[in-house]
Amino acid sequence: MIEALNLTKRYGGQVAVNDLSFTVKPGVVTGFLGPNGSGKSTTMRLILGLDAPTAGEVRVNGRRYADFPAPLHEVGALLEARSVHTGRSAYNHLLVQAQTHGIPRARVDELIEFVGLEGVAKKRAGQFSLGMTQRLGIASALLGDPEVVMLDEPINGLDPDGIRWIRELMRTLASEGRTVFLSSHLMSEMAVTADHLIVIGRGHLIADISVNEFIRLHSRSVVLVRSPQAGELAQLLSDPAVTTQAKGPEVLEVEGLTGAQIGEKAAAHNIVLHELAPQQPTLEEAFMALTRDEVEFHASTPTLRETEGAIAA
Amino acid sequence: MSGSLTAPRLLSRTSVERMGITQTHVAVSELTKLRTVRSTRYALFAGFVMTIAFAIIPALISASRWNTMTVQERIRFNPLLTTLMGVNLAQLAIGVVGVLAVTGEYSTGMIRSTFAAVPKRLPVLWAKLGVLGGVTVLVALPATLIAFFTAQAILRGHKLNGRDIALSFSDPGVARAVVGGALYLMLIGLFGLGIGATLRSTAGGISALAAILFVVPPLMNIFPTSWSNAISPYLPSNAGRAVMQTSHSAHTLAPWVGLGVLAGYVAVTIGVAAIRLRHRDV
Repeated sequence: MIEALNLTKRYGGQVAVNDLSFTVKPGVVTGFLGPNGSGKSTTMRLILGLDAPTAGEVRVNGRRYADFPAPLHEVGALLEARSVHTGRSAYNHLLVQAQTHGIPRARVDELIEFVGLEGVAKKRAGQFSLGMTQRLGIASALLGDPEVVMLDEPINGLDPDGIRWIRELMRTLASEGRTVFLSSHLMSEMAVTADHLIVIGRGHLIADISVNEFIRLHSRSVVLVRSPQAGELAQLLSDPAVTTQAKGPEVLEVEGLTGAQIGEKAAAHNIVLHELAPQQPTLEEAFMALTRDEVEFHASTPTLRETEGAIAA
Repeated sequence: MSGSLTAPRLLSRTSVERMGITQTHVAVSELTKLRTVRSTRYALFAGFVMTIAFAIIPALISASRWNTMTVQERIRFNPLLTTLMGVNLAQLAIGVVGVLAVTGEYSTGMIRSTFAAVPKRLPVLWAKLGVLGGVTVLVALPATLIAFFTAQAILRGHKLNGRDIALSFSDPGVARAVVGGALYLMLIGLFGLGIGATLRSTAGGISALAAILFVVPPLMNIFPTSWSNAISPYLPSNAGRAVMQTSHSAHTLAPWVGLGVLAGYVAVTIGVAAIRLRHRDV
């Protein structure tokens, strides 16, 4: 369980995290979604106490991270990829962390094998590819067999097999009742990995919502209609609940009606249709629209609250 | 590589015996850190070699020139200072080990892993101090002993007023100077650690250390002699080197007082580093 309460972080005049409150629950995979630079890594640093919050606080399993006598057994974190001494071997990198908690060498061997780095464990970490560095980071996150696993952009640099492996790992960890919190800037990745979403933009909370709910809300029915009488059709369909948008001289995008309803209305009024195609907006588009709003309205708090309310509803 | 990935089944939850952070655990980890990075090993080795080499070389030169030296030169010749000359060169290498022990972590980002594992942070600083202090003494003490005995063996047989110029370890002040030379190197290592932890930058740390050791002392000459004489003995390197003097002159501190003054500088630097470490973001 991770609980952030009015968490705020300013660097100089720059606000990186702004009054952020959320709870990450055990037993599910929670995605932490936001564009690059939205404050995800900063939030994770605040959780680990690497940076001190300007205001507010964050607790892990009810306590401040620094107050645990054995923090590696509470939270395992994959930090930004460059958190390894480039001159030290992968094995020794894990060993020095294990030794701070008296974790035996056998556990280090176990994890080297677990993430598939046996062949390169004695190589200096500075010679690793990004994918190998990520695996090393995941090994280091699991070293203490922690209750809370927190991964910052874990799929960066991984090949498709590696990505699938991470997804399965996250699911397994969550099914064991652990708290799994992973950040990403890719909605499509979250849709297949996460159960719950915390979406931020510019350090603000935009949405705290289950993935299913997010998909339901954002898979609106938009229908693409091609007709030589597009103008006539647009007038015909005009209704407060319906929005039509001309996408070309003969193309309309209609929201609020199904393809069947549009086809029937057109037939009743002898309007010729050349194409009638329901569109599924991708989640990536929905996510981008959401964060674009955040960027556009970030100076105007009331508007932001409305946006938030609309999503939460 | 992906073929070798184990299915993501978690290694049983009880497989890890939970002990947690202790100062001893953190010290073991810091010793591993110091051992497993090439740059610190090389710099320690360089310090060891320089201490010995720059005792042997001047001893060889003096021994071979002895018969052609003037009486004045022979009287001024100090067989102890000659054989501890290497300490003055080795101090930069040992100081750099201290700087790198901290700044190497900041420059690579390792510090985030370190402080994620030990979020209270200060145990890391204490462990680094203890481990570096121990390791530098283990390197520097054999080095000054080897330097002393080898150089004296080279000087043996050369005479001044009928007496052999070579010193024995039991001669007054000799043991103190040789052991003190090793302690001086240890303190310079810790000084480097404190400076590195305060500045967090390898270039900045090494520059600051080199400036304090090699640039500031000669700068004292720009002041009037009375000022210079009053200030110079208290500069970190001059104060610390008093422990290696056999003759006490008017403008040097007493041996252990001098080493104590250097220890004071180190303590203040470490104190500043500790305060910054607790409160700064990483």
